[in-house]
Amino acid sequence: MSGGGVRADAARGAATPVLRLRGIRRAFGDREVLRGVDLDIAAHEVVALVGASGSGKSTLLRTVNLTESIDDGVILLAGDDVSDPRVDADRVRARIGVVFQHYNLFPHLSVLDNVTLASRLVHRTPRAEAERRARELLGSIGLGDLAGAYPDRLSGGQQQRVAIVRAIATSPELLLLDEVTSALDPELVGEVLELVRSLAQSGTTIMMATHEMAFARDVADRVVFLDAGRIIEEAPAAEFFTAPREERTREFLARFLPGL
Amino acid sequence: MTDAAASAVDAARRPSELELGRRAFRRRQTRRSILISAVSTIVLAVALGFAVIGSPGWARVQQTFFDPEVALASLPRVLNGLWLNLQVLVVASLGVLVFALLLATLRTLRGPVFFPLRALAAGYTDLFRGMPLIIVLYLVGYGIPGLDFFERMPAAFWGTIALILTYSAYVAEVFRAGIDAVHPSQRLAARSLGLSHGQTMRRVVFPQAVRRVTPALMNDFVAMQKDVGLISVLGAVDAVRAAQIETAHFFNFTPYVVAGLLFVLLAWPTIRLTDWVSARMRAREQAGSLV
Repeated sequence: MSGGGVRADAARGAATPVLRLRGIRRAFGDREVLRGVDLDIAAHEVVALVGASGSGKSTLLRTVNLTESIDDGVILLAGDDVSDPRVDADRVRARIGVVFQHYNLFPHLSVLDNVTLASRLVHRTPRAEAERRARELLGSIGLGDLAGAYPDRLSGGQQQRVAIVRAIATSPELLLLDEVTSALDPELVGEVLELVRSLAQSGTTIMMATHEMAFARDVADRVVFLDAGRIIEEAPAAEFFTAPREERTREFLARFLPGL
Repeated sequence: MTDAAASAVDAARRPSELELGRRAFRRRQTRRSILISAVSTIVLAVALGFAVIGSPGWARVQQTFFDPEVALASLPRVLNGLWLNLQVLVVASLGVLVFALLLATLRTLRGPVFFPLRALAAGYTDLFRGMPLIIVLYLVGYGIPGLDFFERMPAAFWGTIALILTYSAYVAEVFRAGIDAVHPSQRLAARSLGLSHGQTMRRVVFPQAVRRVTPALMNDFVAMQKDVGLISVLGAVDAVRAAQIETAHFFNFTPYVVAGLLFVLLAWPTIRLTDWVSARMRAREQAGSLV
């Protein structure tokens, strides 16, 4: 990215966050999963969503890329109201990268085709160029040799790293990570978190739901604690873990981090 | 230690005495099973043979159904007819693949605009899965030419159309089962990348669906290989019709047996291939399991 680009981003970032959520509500039947969520994410910011299972983290992420509908509220992506039913949802999704808990790689496509599929079909990048960029990205995380392999030949950690590369191959404005290490064997968690950390350091705007408290503390700029569909507390990472303000946050942290 | 070095050591490693004993036991067991199955097969074959040949009417049946001279004399005509069956089979299979995929696609369309198409496809598969093929053949073969819309077409043409109409209904359901079997998370991942519904179906869902239902599709293909013989009811001179003519000519049923055997020979490679594909898929899904 050029210097001018960064400055322009910074100037715009002050006025327009990458993501702005206002009053997001969602109920499944009579069970309210999201009960009025307000959240801003600035450019280059890394925000960790923490909370117990069923607190609404995953649902919130899915509402952002319009794979879950909302009952009320507004979603602004770089200032554009994407919760307007008239917007083309496909074009909105093309601006956002998503990584899932269970990788969801396409088993019938090679690693290279998995990574280049969206570039070629959605962004109309010529195949040669898309493949060059994909090989570059795969090479930079040590998976260059596996470009021609099929996903079922890869370890869980490798699959999840490929899934992350697939999500960032089109340079999305926002990256959503939904419990990306929860399905991994403990010894494979590290390599995936390392990749997320390097993305965060290179300025990718990230919104991630996670159970990895230590990782959230290290990598996130801000931690948001969700409980029963509401944001109970949000604070800079260091502050959140060392000096939680709310009683409910302290209870949650006591369960997750008995040592703290 | 490098991988290469490790595998070299593995190769040089001699199995323990215990393992060698177990292998010897397994070899003895295998020899015994082969012997038992061979003996029981021979006993059954001999018993069946005696029962048929020893029956009071065998001499007459042998003469009317298994006359080698009639078989040889009728073979060229029946083979000629089978060539027509083969042509119909190839055209009908391609037609079925295209039409069935179209029907299955129509049934997956979302949104209220497409309700009539969805309903039409659903009604179509219901109707043609319930209707006997022979009735479809009569209706198409004698009904549509009666409309005088088209120039006179050969009976084999209408037979092919009838086969496509009926088999597409079955194959569309097979495709739909395959589409439903692709996990929704695949669709979610594709849509999250910004792919449209159509792109998701074409590039992500269909390829996986077809792979899953290949054995079932091949099974339907085997069924169609023999059902192409039914076009004879429209007067097309295929293998069955040729056999009928030869039977009347020689006053002997052997040509039917010849035609039947030829159909079996035609279907046999596909049947074996289907079994092989199914077994391979099963092996892949159950890799590493003894049960």
